[in-house]
Amino acid sequence: MNLPPVDYAANRGWYPVAASADAVAGHVVAGRLWGSDLVIWRDDNGAVNVWPDRCLHRGVRLSLGTNTGTELVCRYHGWRYATVAGSCTYIPAHPDNAPAQSMCTSTLPVHEYAGLVWTTLDGAPGSVAVGTSPEPFPVEHDVNDHAGSAAVPLWAMTVNVGTGTLEVELDGLRKALTKLVGAEVAVVLQPVDPDAVVVRPLAVGEAAPAVDVSALDAAAELLSAFARRIESGAGANGDYDGNSRRSATEARGYGQVSPHGRTVSTGLLDVEVVAKWETADGIVAFEFLPVEGAPPLPAVQPGAHIDVHMTADLLRPYSLTNGPGDTAYRIGVKREPDSRGGSAAMHDFVTVGDRLTISHPRNTFPLRRDADHTLLIAGGIGVTPLLAMAQTLAATGAGFELHYFVRGPGHVAFADVIQTLGPHAVVHHGLDPAGTGEELASLLAEPGFGRQVYACGPGPMLDAIRATARSAGWPDDTVHFEYFQNPNDLDLDSTFEIALSRTARTFTVPAGETILDVLRTNGVAVEASCEQGACGTCVVPLLDGRADHQDVYLSDTQKATQDRIAVCVSRAETERLVLEL
Amino acid sequence: MIDPVARDLWCAIVASAELGPRRRFATRLLGVPIELTAETAGGFAARSSDRHLPVIERYGYLWTSLGDPVPLFDIPEYDEPDRRILNAGTLQVATSAPRCVENFLDMGHFPYVHTDLLGAEPHTEVRDYRVDTDAGGEIWATECVFYQPKAAANATEGQLTEYTYRVPHPYVAILYKSCAEDPTRNDVIGLFLHPVDAETSRAHNFLCMVDSVNTESGMRHFQQLIFGQDKSILENQLPKRLPLDPRAETPIRADKSSIVYRRHLTELGLRYGVIRPDESVAG
Repeated sequence: MNLPPVDYAANRGWYPVAASADAVAGHVVAGRLWGSDLVIWRDDNGAVNVWPDRCLHRGVRLSLGTNTGTELVCRYHGWRYATVAGSCTYIPAHPDNAPAQSMCTSTLPVHEYAGLVWTTLDGAPGSVAVGTSPEPFPVEHDVNDHAGSAAVPLWAMTVNVGTGTLEVELDGLRKALTKLVGAEVAVVLQPVDPDAVVVRPLAVGEAAPAVDVSALDAAAELLSAFARRIESGAGANGDYDGNSRRSATEARGYGQVSPHGRTVSTGLLDVEVVAKWETADGIVAFEFLPVEGAPPLPAVQPGAHIDVHMTADLLRPYSLTNGPGDTAYRIGVKREPDSRGGSAAMHDFVTVGDRLTISHPRNTFPLRRDADHTLLIAGGIGVTPLLAMAQTLAATGAGFELHYFVRGPGHVAFADVIQTLGPHAVVHHGLDPAGTGEELASLLAEPGFGRQVYACGPGPMLDAIRATARSAGWPDDTVHFEYFQNPNDLDLDSTFEIALSRTARTFTVPAGETILDVLRTNGVAVEASCEQGACGTCVVPLLDGRADHQDVYLSDTQKATQDRIAVCVSRAETERLVLEL
Repeated sequence: MIDPVARDLWCAIVASAELGPRRRFATRLLGVPIELTAETAGGFAARSSDRHLPVIERYGYLWTSLGDPVPLFDIPEYDEPDRRILNAGTLQVATSAPRCVENFLDMGHFPYVHTDLLGAEPHTEVRDYRVDTDAGGEIWATECVFYQPKAAANATEGQLTEYTYRVPHPYVAILYKSCAEDPTRNDVIGLFLHPVDAETSRAHNFLCMVDSVNTESGMRHFQQLIFGQDKSILENQLPKRLPLDPRAETPIRADKSSIVYRRHLTELGLRYGVIRPDESVAG
């Protein structure tokens, strides 16, 4: 059986950090390689994560944390990190904030082979080989065969000497173990510190599966005796010197890799359509995965959306329905009768196997997870972001209800997901506006401590929810909306001045143009998505002046505070606005 | 050479009640071996291997210094006659003193580290609060509000509790919390750190309470339970010295007081137990 080549002198290459059997679902394991502490955990899909063992926030070991099956939760402040991508998905101290994409831990390459979890520090921030690209796992084999060539890890043991002292002894150890267990044995080293190495013997070849418990015990005893002999300096060569093992040459390159310093691309993502199906009358669902060879997709926060780039200048935002731990993106697209090319093109022309360009997920509809009870109210296709929220709340056991208003049974999208929510989800069929109004009045009858409302659907329905909630006494920062589009008639008649505080530039916004238009004309980059005051992507801090708010994203309280503005539609009440740009 | 800023600080070494007549207490301060003794004639003495050190008894502790310290900060509540004052426990922690101070100032960990005592999920929000530095260079964090599941022994449901934090000294943090018995007054809880070396501290838990109900052992037990929970976190925090470069870790809005504390240490020029912004940081 082949094992990866080793280069102890250069501290490069692939090494084991745990046995596959150590990384049990639901558990978190601490490991160490080349002086670096690592956290190792397996998600519910079977994928193993190997990360620096430090939370980005305050450096506490993540190995003290909790494995939820989809996320690793830090023990100190509850920061949640998504499997595979390593992105922070939630910061409990600020429940109303969506963590930035750049809040992402370094992740190390992982490979399971021969019953062991292998990784390499090559390329990791803080390592000797920072800035390089790690080599792919150097042994070719069937990736689905995690056991390698039917290898069985024997008892592993830490031996307190350096790799140099140990290497010369390995052949003798291998032969003794082979004789003892009755199967070919290979010995793999995991360098831990300048004076500590984990010795990992493996039974390999055809006789390996027959190695029984008594042979494992006997091998452990032999290994233990070997460790004592080597540590006491009575090695076969007799040249062991207790001081030399800490020599500077051997210690070179040992040290902590860092969770910081990972560059997170915010450019566009290339994805492949891996599934397309009709999930309800007039609604088609799509599933996307990264194109071959591309890194995993960034983790999704509940409420997030992506922009699908249909053509260079046609871009459509779609909410992701993903639950925690999903590594594929899923969206639902309703065919709009007056489609300007977005939904019709998605329905008619995009098929499985096609490649699409999408934006990174953006979260302008973040879910507070500090509520005792959360009420999710969906109208039609507005169910998509709420499905992501419902699955997140269900996973944490939080109290919530999803009320889904549809025209008829055939209009229920993602019925399979709805079903997993059990009694938490209620579908309301075929109510007229008066019937919907009554139902909303009863749902929203009781505001209270720790209660939050999230609503997404057609404009008139959201307006009804807003009015009902207000008259029932819900504070407006407890009721959150996502509009498909801005139902307001926009007034672009005014002319005013904008001043940018960071770059000390001043521009005039003439009638008929938006602030966003003027910024773009002058080369000031501002992110924007819907460009009609619905999604909140383009909201920037407002330092001085009063805005004439025309968006439906900010709450009335936020608008009254006059400290931020959606630059795609809103204008000025004063002659001049100072924006923090 | 010892960091001159750390050298010139008073440091609380031992509760004076725990250093009985003719007893000696040998330890290290900033890595330097020192010894404190209770004199037969009354009073206390402190010395390092080559000289006598200044010593004062304040707030129930013996304080000494390897240098030339300025007068110690004031805790006016200490002189109120009805206060119950005690050292609720001294615990050694395998980390730097500034890491301990910063953890003491932090509210966001209450639901996770002090579960069902000082906080409980899902009520995890750290609301905006004020941080000011006064004319004397002390840091004050005020209007700090956090949800506490059981604010008093007889409370049945949670409530928002208000805290004030004060950092009068690089190795001292003090908490003021409205007291259950008399809402017009504050309980005072202090954490006085003795930096044994750059990555080892002894933490003294100082209590100055308005409390006619709880027994002394009950108060000790509670405080040691809380600090024991913190200790397991503090000893698993890397690096052990506090990084002062704002980019070294990932501060958020809730960390405003720690941001000000780190900046304050940078401005003081403190080097002991910290990683200065100009030092290269391994990770």
